[in-house]
Amino acid sequence: MNITQSITRLYHQFASPPYFYRISGLWLPYIMGLFILLFAAGLYGGLVTAPTDYEQGEAYRIIFVHVPAAWMSLFIYMVMAISGAIGLIWRMKLAEIVMICSAPIGASFTFLALATGSIWGKPMWNTWWVWDARLTSELLLLFLYLGVMALYNAIEDKRTAARAVAILAIVGVVNIPVIHYSVEWWNTLHQGPTVTKFDKPSIHLSMLIPLLIMAVAFKLFYIGNLFMRVRTEILVREQKSKWVKELAEES
Amino acid sequence: MFNAWSQIIKRDLLIAFRRRSEIIHPLIFFVMVISLFPLAIGDDKVLLQKIAPAIIWVTALLATMLSLDNLFRSDFEDGSLEQMTLLKVPLSFLVTAKITAHWLITGLPLILITPLLAVLLYLSAETTGMLLLTLLLGTPTLSLIGAVGIALTVALRQGGVILSLLILPLYIPVLIFATLALQNTVQGFSAEAQLAMMLAILILAITLAPFAIAAALKVSLN
Repeated sequence: MNITQSITRLYHQFASPPYFYRISGLWLPYIMGLFILLFAAGLYGGLVTAPTDYEQGEAYRIIFVHVPAAWMSLFIYMVMAISGAIGLIWRMKLAEIVMICSAPIGASFTFLALATGSIWGKPMWNTWWVWDARLTSELLLLFLYLGVMALYNAIEDKRTAARAVAILAIVGVVNIPVIHYSVEWWNTLHQGPTVTKFDKPSIHLSMLIPLLIMAVAFKLFYIGNLFMRVRTEILVREQKSKWVKELAEES
Repeated sequence: MFNAWSQIIKRDLLIAFRRRSEIIHPLIFFVMVISLFPLAIGDDKVLLQKIAPAIIWVTALLATMLSLDNLFRSDFEDGSLEQMTLLKVPLSFLVTAKITAHWLITGLPLILITPLLAVLLYLSAETTGMLLLTLLLGTPTLSLIGAVGIALTVALRQGGVILSLLILPLYIPVLIFATLALQNTVQGFSAEAQLAMMLAILILAITLAPFAIAAALKVSLN
């Protein structure tokens, strides 16, 4: 068997809800365990071992939550759009479920990024909120998430709803760069990116390492939380199928 | 193919002229909401001049959104939308005809009435010209983006509020560039860059939106 065949087989296996349910159940404790480990390490690194910033003092430490949350907010939207496209094109149920279950997590991360940013802004800029480009586009991202969730809840047939939401998510992805650059042009006060610049990152290694650990921890949390939500959604959707009944009788 | 396109435009325009209230109501809304602002703010000429472009643009945005409800609703209810999907001509092409007709019925009158409102809000002739230009470039984009939202919600009984949640965030780039262009004009700078961006967004919307609209309509018809 060549590689393409085995990839196709793997794809079909994962697309089948019972298989995904079983495998994700096996993986979940490891993912969550690793998350707790990394989260604790990242927090310790960020709050204890990282040095105090010479300009911003101790208050800067909120970036160890703020920056990974902001990264996740965009990342999850991309996951939603891609899994939505997969669901639309190949009618793959699991991709639709992944998309739908990602929306509330993404919205929460976006809200977390906004809230922590606002808490950081009070001592730094002496105001809770400014109409700055990055804050505004993050707020608009939250609106996009809320629109997705509202549309999904409004349509009764959940498979139709998932397809409608997939179209909306893809339209949103085309719009995100346009929205981002238009807002950027409109007003800029937020400091520029310090980690993703192409030359050397302008953040010290002792701060960068905990930040990256936190970013990985947040990704693991997302995967773990997504798995839990997807498992529940699978059980709800497949409650009449034989394997779910057998599962219920077992326990 | 083009025959079907022009047939749809003719039909939609004919229906609109038989039911003139559909053309007039969004216009009345537009005029009324704009006249609310001087009443709420007071007859402060300097302040009104300053915020007039924003008032007109935000109201135009809302008026466009309200008028969108007619775009596919009646065709959806009487089944002609379903017939359209069965034609050999791609649905993504036919929806451009629907949107063009809709813009002629709702967008164009909005632009035509704007000079009158500009006088009410003490705008200079130069700013009014720029305002008309931004509306001319911006309202077709609003119709195209809004059509995606309405195509997704046409099958819902209470689509109105959901529609605004879906499309208002997508309207923001148009709003930003239009009002920036107007601010530049008021301050005596060139607004070419903003107009170019608005044109680029319009071209992007013309190119991509019809496919999203057609796909959304097929989901709604399901």
